[in-house]
Amino acid sequence: MTDIQSYLKAYDGQPLRLMEVCGTHTAQISRCGITGMLSPAIRMISGPGCPVCVTVTAYIDRLVALSMEPENVVATFGDMLRVPGGSQSLNDAKAAGGHVRMVYSPLDTLKLAADDPARTYIFAAVGFETTAPVYAMLLEEAVSNGISNVKILTSLKTMPPVIDWICKNQGGVDGFLAPGHVSVITGSRIFEPLSEKYGIPFAVAGFEGPQILAAIYALVRKSGKAGVMNLYPGAVTEEGNRTAQKMVDKYFTPCDAAWRGMGSIPDSGLLLREDYARFDAGSAGLNDDRGANARCRCAQVLTGAISPNECPLFGSACTPQTPQGACMVSMEGSCYNYFTNMRKR
Amino acid sequence: MKITMAHGSGGKATAELIEDIFEKSFHNPVLAKMEDSAVVPGAEKIAVTTDSFVVTPLFFPGGDIGRLSVCGTVNDLLMSGAKPRYLTCGFILEEGADTEELKKIAASMAETAAEAGISIVAGDTKVVEGKGGVYINTAGVGFVPPDVSLSASSCEEGDVILLSGNLGDHHAAILSERMNIRNTIQSDCAPLNEMVNALLESGVKVKAMRDVTRGGLGTVLNEFAGASACCMELEETAIPVSAQVRGFCEILGLDPLYMGNEGKMTAVVAAGDAQKALACMKESRYGENAAIIGKVVSGEPGTVLLRTPIGGTRIVTVLYGEGLPRIC
Ligand code: SF4
Repeated sequence: MTDIQSYLKAYDGQPLRLMEVCGTHTAQISRCGITGMLSPAIRMISGPGCPVCVTVTAYIDRLVALSMEPENVVATFGDMLRVPGGSQSLNDAKAAGGHVRMVYSPLDTLKLAADDPARTYIFAAVGFETTAPVYAMLLEEAVSNGISNVKILTSLKTMPPVIDWICKNQGGVDGFLAPGHVSVITGSRIFEPLSEKYGIPFAVAGFEGPQILAAIYALVRKSGKAGVMNLYPGAVTEEGNRTAQKMVDKYFTPCDAAWRGMGSIPDSGLLLREDYARFDAGSAGLNDDRGANARCRCAQVLTGAISPNECPLFGSACTPQTPQGACMVSMEGSCYNYFTNMRKR
Repeated sequence: MKITMAHGSGGKATAELIEDIFEKSFHNPVLAKMEDSAVVPGAEKIAVTTDSFVVTPLFFPGGDIGRLSVCGTVNDLLMSGAKPRYLTCGFILEEGADTEELKKIAASMAETAAEAGISIVAGDTKVVEGKGGVYINTAGVGFVPPDVSLSASSCEEGDVILLSGNLGDHHAAILSERMNIRNTIQSDCAPLNEMVNALLESGVKVKAMRDVTRGGLGTVLNEFAGASACCMELEETAIPVSAQVRGFCEILGLDPLYMGNEGKMTAVVAAGDAQKALACMKESRYGENAAIIGKVVSGEPGTVLLRTPIGGTRIVTVLYGEGLPRIC
C-alpha cells in the first residue's frame, strides 16, 4: 500500500463528502474499486457529469418524433437509444418503424448524409464543453463541403453553472473532483470563482486509479479551504484549449438549459447561433422533464442528495434492462455503476 | 415487448429472451441444463448444438463469417467435452449477395472444418429480399467419451481459473472494421480442438470449460459462479489483453471483460492440476498467451470479484446492455 492509500484508509477526521462530477470518473471509481479503499469517513458522491443522464425527456421525445417523419433519420450514440422519454425511447421508436441509426462518431453523420441526399440526418448532440468542439467541427465540415441535409438537435450543457446550482441548492459537498475532460478544453481556472465563492477545494484529476486516489487525497488534505489544484498537468492547463474554445464560440451561444430533475439553470447551455440556425432541428425550449416513471429520483442522485441505492426503484423496477431513468442507462451513469458493480457506497 | 438489439448481445437480455420464449416452448431436461451444447443419450453420449451467424462485415481481419460459423459450433461442442463429428449449415441469403464472396465463404468453411476434424454433412439455402446480406446457421454433433463429464455446476473452493489467451481480439477487430479505424488487430476466430484434447488427455481434472464469446469473460464466469453457487476471484493484472486492444478499449470506453472472442476458452480445474493445465494450454495451437487468472474462493455464492491493479475489489456482474462505446 502506498502512503496515500494508507492515509485514505485510516482517515478519521471530519466526515467528508466529495463529489466526482465527471461520468468517466464515476465509472473508473467503480471499475477500480476505489470506494472500498477509503475510510468510512470519506464518501464519494457522483455528480451531474454524464451527458446522457442530465438530458430531459422533452429532448428524447423530440428525437422520437423526428425519427418518425419519413424524410428524417436520427443518428445517435448507442447510450441515447435506451434513455426513456415521456413514453418511448429511441429504441422503441426504431422497433415501431422510426428511422434511427447508431453511429460511433458524430462525423459519421456527414458521410451518411452525403450518401443519402434525399433525407435529412439529425444528430443527437448531447454533451458538455468536451463534446461541443466536435459538433462545431461537424458544422464546419458541413459548411465547407456544402452538405445541407445534416442538422443537429442540441442538448449541450456547461459545467460551472450546474456546480454553482448544487452548492447553492444542495450544499453538503466538501470538495469537487473536477471533470478532467472538461478541464482540458476550459482550463482549470474556470473553477476558481466557484472555489472562492463557496470556500471549497477543487482537484482536476486524470482517469487512472492512482490519479484519482491522489486527487481524493489532495481534496481531503485541503478540505475547508478554497483552491483549484491541477493534478492532471499533462493534459490540463490553466487556460485550456483556445482553438477549441474559439470553434465553439463561432457556432454556439450560451442559453438557459433544463437539466433532468433540476429545472432550468441560467446560462448553463449552448444553442446554435442565428447564423447557423439552418442546422438546428428545433433545440430551443425543450424544457419538459416529465419522466416516464414519476418515482424515479434521478434529480437527487445527480446532485448527490441521495445515493442510487436509496431510490425506491433501484434494482427492482429499475435495472439496466428496464431503466426508468437515464442514470441507469449510461455506462457513466451513477445508478448503472452502482448496480453493475454492486457498489455499496 | 419488441425485440431490440440488446436481445442479441449475449448478456442479460439474451438470457431472459431464451428463458422466457425458447426454453419455455422447447422445454426438455436436456435443454434445461443450458450448456454450450446439449449432451443427449444414444449409442454413446452425443453432444448437439446450433448457432446462427449474422456478422457484418462478412470478411474481417483474421477471419470471415464462414470460418466463424464453423469455429463457433465446433467450440461449443468441445466445451461439453465432445469430439466434434458432424456439421450442418443453413444459409439465409439476401437478394443481391455476391456468388464470388459465397465461394470464398464456403471455401473458408471447408478449410476450417478440416482443421477442426468435423464433416459438413447437411445444408440448406433460403433467399429472402434484402440488401445482399449473408446469414449462416450451423448445427453440430459430437461424441462425448464415456468417462468425460463437465458441467458449469461443478466448480468448488480451491479450484483454479485459466484463460487461454488475450481477451477481446474478435470484438475489437469487428468494431474497428465497422468504424473504419485502422489498426492491426486481428480476430482470434479459431477452433480449439488441439487445446481441449490436450487438456482432457493429460489427466487434468477439468471441472468446467466454456468458450468466451458474446457477453465476454465476465458473463461466462458469472454463469459458472451461479451454477456452482461459489465465489470466484480474478486478478485483473493477470488477465491477458494485448496492448492494442487495451488502447482501443480505453478510447471507446469498453471493458475487455465483456468483449466477445471466437477462439478463447476459460477452464476451471482442480488446484493441484493448475500448472499442468497451463502448460497444456500454452503448448497448444492458439494458446501461447494462456494464463492463470484467478481462483474459486470462500465468499458470497454466485459472485465474481475482481482485484484491481491498485488493490481495490469490485464485483463483476454479467453484461448489461450492449457494451457500446461511451459518449464522451
Ligand atoms: S435507480 Fe432508476 S429510477 Fe431510481 S434514480 Fe436511478 S435511474 Fe431513476
